[in-house]
Amino acid sequence: MVDAGARWAAEEVPGGRVREGVRAYFLIAGMWIRSTMAYRTSFVLMTVTNFATTALDFVAILLMFSRVDALGGYSLQQVAFLYGVSSTTFGLADMVIGSMERLGRRVRDGTLDTLLVRPAPVLAQMAADQFALRRLGRTGQGALVLTWALLRLDIDWTPLRVLLMPVMLVSGCAIFCAVFIAGAAFQFVAQDAAEVQNAFTYGGTTLLQYPPTVFATELLRGVTYVLPLAFVNWLPATYVLGLPYPLGLPEWAAFLSPLVAAGCVGLAGLAWRAGLRSYRSTGS
Amino acid sequence: MDDDFIELDRVEKVFDVRRKTGFLRRERRSVRAVDSLSFTVARGEMVGYIGPNGAGKSTTIKMLTGILTPSGGRLRVAGIDPSRERTRLARRIGVVFGQRTTLWWDLPLIDSYRLAHRMYRIPEVRYRENLDRCVELLELGELLEVPVRQLSLGQRMRGDIAAALLHDPEVLYLDEPTIGLDVISKSKVRGFLRELNAERGTTVLLTTHDLQDIEQLCSRVMVIDHGRLMYDGALAGLHEVGESERTLVVDLERELPPIEAAPARVVRVEGPRQWLAFPAAQSAAELVARIAARYPLLDLSVREPDIEAVIARMYAGGTAQDEAEKAVS
Amino acid sequence: MGAGRLYVAVAAGGFRRYATYRAATVAGVFTNTAFGLILVYTYTALWDERPHLGGYDLAQAVTYVWIGQALFKTLANGGGGVETELMERIRTGDVAVDLYRPADLQLWWLATDLGRAGFELLGRGVVPFVFGALFFDMALPADVITWLAFLGSVALAMLVSFAIRYLVALTAFWLMDGTGVIQMAWLVGWFCSGMLLPLNVFPGALGEVVRALPWSSLLQAPADVFLGRADPLGTYAFQAVWAVVLLAAGRMVQAAATRRVVVQGG
Repeated sequence: MVDAGARWAAEEVPGGRVREGVRAYFLIAGMWIRSTMAYRTSFVLMTVTNFATTALDFVAILLMFSRVDALGGYSLQQVAFLYGVSSTTFGLADMVIGSMERLGRRVRDGTLDTLLVRPAPVLAQMAADQFALRRLGRTGQGALVLTWALLRLDIDWTPLRVLLMPVMLVSGCAIFCAVFIAGAAFQFVAQDAAEVQNAFTYGGTTLLQYPPTVFATELLRGVTYVLPLAFVNWLPATYVLGLPYPLGLPEWAAFLSPLVAAGCVGLAGLAWRAGLRSYRSTGS
Repeated sequence: MDDDFIELDRVEKVFDVRRKTGFLRRERRSVRAVDSLSFTVARGEMVGYIGPNGAGKSTTIKMLTGILTPSGGRLRVAGIDPSRERTRLARRIGVVFGQRTTLWWDLPLIDSYRLAHRMYRIPEVRYRENLDRCVELLELGELLEVPVRQLSLGQRMRGDIAAALLHDPEVLYLDEPTIGLDVISKSKVRGFLRELNAERGTTVLLTTHDLQDIEQLCSRVMVIDHGRLMYDGALAGLHEVGESERTLVVDLERELPPIEAAPARVVRVEGPRQWLAFPAAQSAAELVARIAARYPLLDLSVREPDIEAVIARMYAGGTAQDEAEKAVS
Repeated sequence: MGAGRLYVAVAAGGFRRYATYRAATVAGVFTNTAFGLILVYTYTALWDERPHLGGYDLAQAVTYVWIGQALFKTLANGGGGVETELMERIRTGDVAVDLYRPADLQLWWLATDLGRAGFELLGRGVVPFVFGALFFDMALPADVITWLAFLGSVALAMLVSFAIRYLVALTAFWLMDGTGVIQMAWLVGWFCSGMLLPLNVFPGALGEVVRALPWSSLLQAPADVFLGRADPLGTYAFQAVWAVVLLAAGRMVQAAATRRVVVQGG
């Protein structure tokens, strides 16, 4: 009575969970890209808006520098360097995984359940949800400012400094991804408190756009030792720029970003698993 | 294994509910949504799973699909522990949430199927065969290139059912598959499910508020309330246990005293219109014939008892009179 | 029920509806405070470099930051007001129901939004402001009159803020998908109201222009009243003119939109 053809489905999938997740991610993201193309005008408008929103951040900095020559001892070009790295890495993370902030909403309206009956990791499905290419606007704008800063700055390029640039961008993006994942995990517990994570995501990228010398020591310690956002750009960037980091950390600390990023991603992954487990046992 | 394809052994699900009792004070208490539930479903069975809202129906389905982890007991679907091997199970089950489409809103229907094709890694030949079959039986041919947002509710439901079946699931869970559909769509959906079950031997478990779904599809009904299995057997037996009544609505030519046609009894009169309750097991035709012979009839209709009423009667939650009155109001 | 009482009831409903999201309120307070902190340190560095920038001393600049954070949600100049809901109703056609209500569409939504704004002011505004006052040196007015004058200016700011967002929401009658427009509006509102940088710091002609635009009624106007840098009556007049002009524009667009709905049959 059983249809023989059905047996293929029971076979295990080749590749591990990570590979399966990445594959599902690209499949779903591709569907979203096609969906947004259904409203082409809106897509163009939103990409421009996304670019402009973030550009206004930088306009504010330009306006400040129209009145002063330095901020916290940093020149406009140096601030632009920090700004560029912060915006580019955050923009990428936001595009790749930013939709995770909608988790609370999906828990509330019950649509998270539809992800749980598909044969792919929920994290990957959630990250790809509402994938929007328009978010490239922010990354593009950040990259533009970064390029401008690099052209205008007179950096003493050593091999280590050159090496640190891509390392900084990749690690920074990973750290922001970890923040997004941890924020989503938190929403399993407090669905209505989605806004808290804005303080760390949007707040984080805004913070890192300004020189570390501007902020109080306690705040610096917080974002260096507790929530290590400083490793996105402050620590590696001060090394590249040849400026001291206010907390007096040894020089090699600038190279810790990849380790810190790996640690953050690992911890965020654990938090996500705990969150999902708690959802599956409480169903709320 | 085929006899206990789905197997629940004293499965429990306890939720901690926090309730606000004051501005900042909260009271914590446990709610037993599913209470020591045991049953088995054989491969190829078609089972209706019914009960009032909040009875534990959807909690059970969520545990069977691996969405929720049981708090206790043993649960297996096709030999798989759903909560531990969610993704492995996902390849072998199909789920349709009646009020929540999983189709891609802004894209043509076919795109949702192409995604399933790749996400479930369905072999090309199987995908073609299954798609062609669903397209034919569910009459989706004209709709494949239409964006989902432009489909009617009934069309979308058919589209959703097809999406859940492309990967040859061995068991299909349907949550209110006919809710909000018009009569024609309902009958198309039911016809398709019957055929699917007969030809493919797909096990089907469906929750519904529509007794006709059960009548036309399921040889077996399970009734759950307060997390417990209250009834498990044929639908006919349910009517007996519940002593359910149907209602005959009669429009007379003029206002007349209450119709006398025992065992049916008048439960409501409104001008020339009268409502008569009679045992569900009794033939309506015979009753109509008797009334027609003695009273000037203009029109009449028979109302089936809804599941809520049947179940309510099962627990003797009220007198027969109350229930009949509820059914007509 | 008199018309006035109806709208008071609608406003009270708006207030209550937002008051139910308690966790969201706490989350919002946290986030506003965090953004306030970042801005305060940035401004401190800026004013260290250039004391009396824009005519403010450091304490006044810091006060400006916390007023901004306190009013951010109230004035919804970064989004979060009733305009999203109204747009959704227009898009789905539910607005037709609103149009047949025996109440004026614009006043109805104004009342709802004022209720919302009132809640945001109390629920989200007070805590970040008090936090700022406790931990930073702020320029707080000593006399009650100034505080009251400030609240008056905030009330007018609520009107202008609503009038702008109402106009934005009405575009949904003509555009299929208004998300782009609404984001653009939030963005302009956020920048031109002085959330990033006080408008009196904007240089030259740009400064002249932004200070004359309606958005300067939102944050700059009440802040200057609070800091004793502007004459309340003159500020009120400026805000009131914008409120009247924009609300009137809203009515005209609404009339055109209504005709459209009637012609299309809903």
